[in-house]
Amino acid sequence: MTDFLQAIVNGFSQGSIYALLALGYVMIYKATHVISFAQPALMVVGGLFAYHFTSELGMPFWIGMLLAIVCGAVVGMLVERIALRPMLGKPVFTLAIITIGVDIVLRIISNRYIGVQSRIVEYPGGNERFSIGDVSISHQRLGLIAVTTVTVAALALFFRYSRTGLAMRATALDQETALAQGIRVGAVFALAWAIAGGLAAIAGTFVAAGNAGIEQTSWIIALKALPAIIIGGLDSVQGAVVGGLAVGIVEALTATFQPDVAPWLGANFSLVAPYALMFVVLLVRPYGLFGTKEVERV
Amino acid sequence: MTSTRLRGRPLVRTSYAQDMSLLNTPAKRRSTILIIIVSFLVPFIVTDDLLLVLTLGMISAVGAIGLNLVTGYAGQVSLGHAFFIGLGAYTGAVLGGDTDASVTGYGLPIYIWLPAAGVVAALAGLLVGPIAVRLRGLYLAIVTLGLVFLGDHIFRESRSLTGGPGVGRRGPDLVIFGIDLEESGVVLGLDLAREQRQFFMALVFLIIFAVLGRNIARSGVGRAFSAIRDRDVAAAVIGVDLTKYKVMAFAMSSFFAGVTGALYYAVVGVFEPSAFGLLLSVQYLAMVLIGGVATISGAIMGALFISSLGRISGEIAHVLPFISESSSGSGLLSVFQLEAILYGVLIVVFLIFEPRGLFGIWTRVRNYWKGWPFSY
Repeated sequence: MTDFLQAIVNGFSQGSIYALLALGYVMIYKATHVISFAQPALMVVGGLFAYHFTSELGMPFWIGMLLAIVCGAVVGMLVERIALRPMLGKPVFTLAIITIGVDIVLRIISNRYIGVQSRIVEYPGGNERFSIGDVSISHQRLGLIAVTTVTVAALALFFRYSRTGLAMRATALDQETALAQGIRVGAVFALAWAIAGGLAAIAGTFVAAGNAGIEQTSWIIALKALPAIIIGGLDSVQGAVVGGLAVGIVEALTATFQPDVAPWLGANFSLVAPYALMFVVLLVRPYGLFGTKEVERV
Repeated sequence: MTSTRLRGRPLVRTSYAQDMSLLNTPAKRRSTILIIIVSFLVPFIVTDDLLLVLTLGMISAVGAIGLNLVTGYAGQVSLGHAFFIGLGAYTGAVLGGDTDASVTGYGLPIYIWLPAAGVVAALAGLLVGPIAVRLRGLYLAIVTLGLVFLGDHIFRESRSLTGGPGVGRRGPDLVIFGIDLEESGVVLGLDLAREQRQFFMALVFLIIFAVLGRNIARSGVGRAFSAIRDRDVAAAVIGVDLTKYKVMAFAMSSFFAGVTGALYYAVVGVFEPSAFGLLLSVQYLAMVLIGGVATISGAIMGALFISSLGRISGEIAHVLPFISESSSGSGLLSVFQLEAILYGVLIVVFLIFEPRGLFGIWTRVRNYWKGWPFSY
């Protein structure tokens, strides 16, 4: 039972990272109908900014993270402006492939910075753990869950109550109509990418603050947010959060129990468990748990 | 109606069959024959290391044609090609390879392991097909991406078949009609080195599969694929069975991929599970996009180009001082990083400026000379 609860707690915190990244994918998908494969690179870049500000320039963790969010947002906007804006109106598949190209380029540059050592951001409070009974969680993970909760709540309020949020929702619904209402659709695209870049930077910061830090292979983490958005539904904000947490928890549960229960699945099966979960969900619900079913007009 | 050809009027068609025929103009007939003759002469002109690059390029072209069938003709974006290539590679290696300390191999001849590699991959394609029927566009892309990760895991864990990560295993033995392609010696009165023999083998297979691919594309099946790509609802309305043709597209494409996998790693020698990751899928997608979507010759051009990219970036490294030639050099970029950046940049550049790829450039050059001296 303790194992089970511990796995749930671990999964919940890891799932928060997936949820942040998944929100970024959904932001971009809702605004532009493109799946951005550049998200892994944005996460790594964000984490490296945080590392640079805190470890190299000696700033406190939270200020470093805020600056990293700003820088991540700027990088996101630049990617949109340089690589995607000229391609407006092209098939979404083309745009998605372009983001793969962007991802490769950005990751090579950041790999150059990372080198062979892993870059670890110092979290204030170090390795202290908070525990109830036998279940414990590190302060860094608690911080992650808190930051995720605040971010998701802030985003929800932003979309619900602000004029800009309304403009973004309108654009997601119908670009041409939004344009006719005087909404600057281009600005909405840029903002969506900026939000996605910022969210990726938060995720990157906490990946860097984890035990392993940011390495050349850390970008794989961000790809696990893809099953999360598919499970939740590509165009659903709450779906992204639920999907992210589900992926994190399933991953942690498999990591805890699969070696004993089903050893024939091989070592490290937990790393691919999210994809297996995705296949199962898709066979039952092709548009995810919360996604809108596409209506076919002839 | 009898179909006749008019002398001096190559573009006049008097029957549908003429229009749909494989080489429908004299110019195409002549140039194809010329290209084939020249390709058979290449091994006697080019140095051995370059021959190996071309050999691998031609084998990759088979897989690129396969991906083009499903992505280019049928419009189903697949990021899972690496998985099917891996399946083919391991089927080939297990059936055609030798047993040693760590891995099993049955040492069967090529006319068993090569078709088997294709068939096993095609069966996997048949399993994926039904998912493609339920999903469209980017959903499908992500699901096939998941396939690559699951495949990667399976390849890593089945150590008795694949050797496991970091160890790997040897590919199948390349012996055709009693001729060992991994040794040098006299064949049919010609003294051929290992690279030359393998080049001929790859060339023959490429011609076979290119004709096969072209025939699929120009037959009713190919037209059904295009109908699905252009508008699947409309295709269903005019009587194209979506389920059947989408499943067929995946199965055929996977067959090509399986053959490529088995042959490629037979030539390469030792390979390990990490070869079949996302990057391989992206490479094949790049071959199709840079070569030319929904064209067979484009896929071949793209495959040759992408395969020689490593060589090209090596040459660039000689010229540019800030690129180091080893992976841990002190320069701004290493050769491998330059190669990966070139993939990214080339895909973006081609999609923006020449969406029809290398084939599109060729069409433009051809049309210029067709209209010459009145080309404007």
